[in-house]
Amino acid sequence: MTILPPDRDPPPQPDPSRREFLRRAALFTGTAVALGGGLTLLTRRPGAVDGATGEEVIWRPGGPPGPYDTAEAVTPYRQATTYNNFYEFGLGKDDPARLGGSLRTRPWTVQIDGEVRRPQTVDVDTLQSWFPLEDRVYRMRCVEGWSMVMPWLGFPLGALLRRMEPTGQARYVQFTSLHDPEQFPGQRSGVLAWPYVEGLRLDEALHPLTLMAVGLQGRVLLPQNGAPLRLVVPWKYGFKSIKSVVRITLTREQPRTTWSEAAPNEYGFFANVNPAVDHPRWSQATERRIGEGGRRPTLPFNGYAEEVAQLYGGMDLGKFY
Amino acid sequence: MSRRSGPPLPWLVPAVTVGGLLPAAVLLLDATTGTLGANPVQRALHQTGLLALTLLILSLTCTPLRLLFRWTWPARIRKALGLLAFGYAALHFLIYLFDHAFAPGVVLADVLERPFITVGLTALLLLVPLAWTSGRDDVRRLGFARWQRLHRLVYVAVSLAALHYWWGVKQDRTAPLVAALVVAALFAVRLVWRKRSAARRRVGSASRLSGD
Repeated sequence: MTILPPDRDPPPQPDPSRREFLRRAALFTGTAVALGGGLTLLTRRPGAVDGATGEEVIWRPGGPPGPYDTAEAVTPYRQATTYNNFYEFGLGKDDPARLGGSLRTRPWTVQIDGEVRRPQTVDVDTLQSWFPLEDRVYRMRCVEGWSMVMPWLGFPLGALLRRMEPTGQARYVQFTSLHDPEQFPGQRSGVLAWPYVEGLRLDEALHPLTLMAVGLQGRVLLPQNGAPLRLVVPWKYGFKSIKSVVRITLTREQPRTTWSEAAPNEYGFFANVNPAVDHPRWSQATERRIGEGGRRPTLPFNGYAEEVAQLYGGMDLGKFY
Repeated sequence: MSRRSGPPLPWLVPAVTVGGLLPAAVLLLDATTGTLGANPVQRALHQTGLLALTLLILSLTCTPLRLLFRWTWPARIRKALGLLAFGYAALHFLIYLFDHAFAPGVVLADVLERPFITVGLTALLLLVPLAWTSGRDDVRRLGFARWQRLHRLVYVAVSLAALHYWWGVKQDRTAPLVAALVVAALFAVRLVWRKRSAARRRVGSASRLSGD
């Protein structure tokens, strides 16, 4: 019979140090991934991977340059359509491209009223058929310190206003964006007083640079860029160029405008691009052109001083910012 | 069964360090794949700033967790969290400098003229001596009381960082408000605890006196 010798080794067991090592490795990995993943989720805001590829081409750029075109490199369409401020869709720069699909841009009517002899409500397609579309390659400067070069398609606002025949009392133009929280998810929050309202002095509105845009880079305007009809005032900060316009009212008094009401110390009624007047939190002397690494100096009136500076003769632009 | 020797949870500090560096790796990956969007510099600036504030707040939750639940393990990762916060704050500042082409005149004007920038830079500067004296030897060298007094600067730094965040956003202040409320809650736990332990000490000495 076999008897276990007293000095025999105990039966083999899994190596405890090996098990312990695996346990520690699992805990290490789990903790590292949990902390790292949690921090990443909290702080990461990835940019849009791919933007809209564009709508129907309505115009082929490449004709003779317009009188105000800049020859600077045009911002790539993908960036111009995925990096947008349009709080009606949300506060993030990529919210407009992501959520733009909820906006129905046809049928769309625009109401023109106030101090005009021919007030009317007109379908946007009819309205744009009244004028030949023009190519306008403009610089666009955001109050946040970045800029783009945008090849707009549109018609001068002045042409539209003259057609409506302003009365002698008309001194300002008020613009209103669509107010519909069903289509604009951002309007379900109260970050701004909806609807978005902007305004211009009548002489600014009649200036040949002031454009009503219906297209960008030869394509029909996308929701994130202000479809189907938006204002473009290239010598002013971007927020003046109101998007998805449903109403244009000529007024006697200076209109109350959304941003100048929300933060009057930061956003004035005039909002002319001015490198000498800083935002309270950053200098406006330089800007980052989207797609470029460094910064470039900001130009007075965004480079359109020759055309528009005389509109502000005698005004203190530090006060009327 | 033989018990493990060495400190408990030996994996904890390395895991927190590696986990804390993961967002930086993701940021780097995003930058190389172009997933930072049209304005990558600004996106990197915002992400590193938020990471710095989040990690700073996490480092300040360690003591309240010990006071409230008697957990001792958070105290062991406090240093790692604090150093990571400092690292992200420094990176945040470097990106800001890069954004302004490292032009000293522009940066100086920004710091002097804009409270938003002044406050942010002050928060970072306050963290420098804390990061500098974060070694075990430093506690001994300075003496615990002095070291502790110095490290209370973190309360000022986190308050300024939260204010910087508050001023930094344009319209929606939800996230900065959450950060400020968390900071306030962490301060409140400490204050309540100090008051209670002071009261207990008073009661203790009073009963000793009456017993005499």
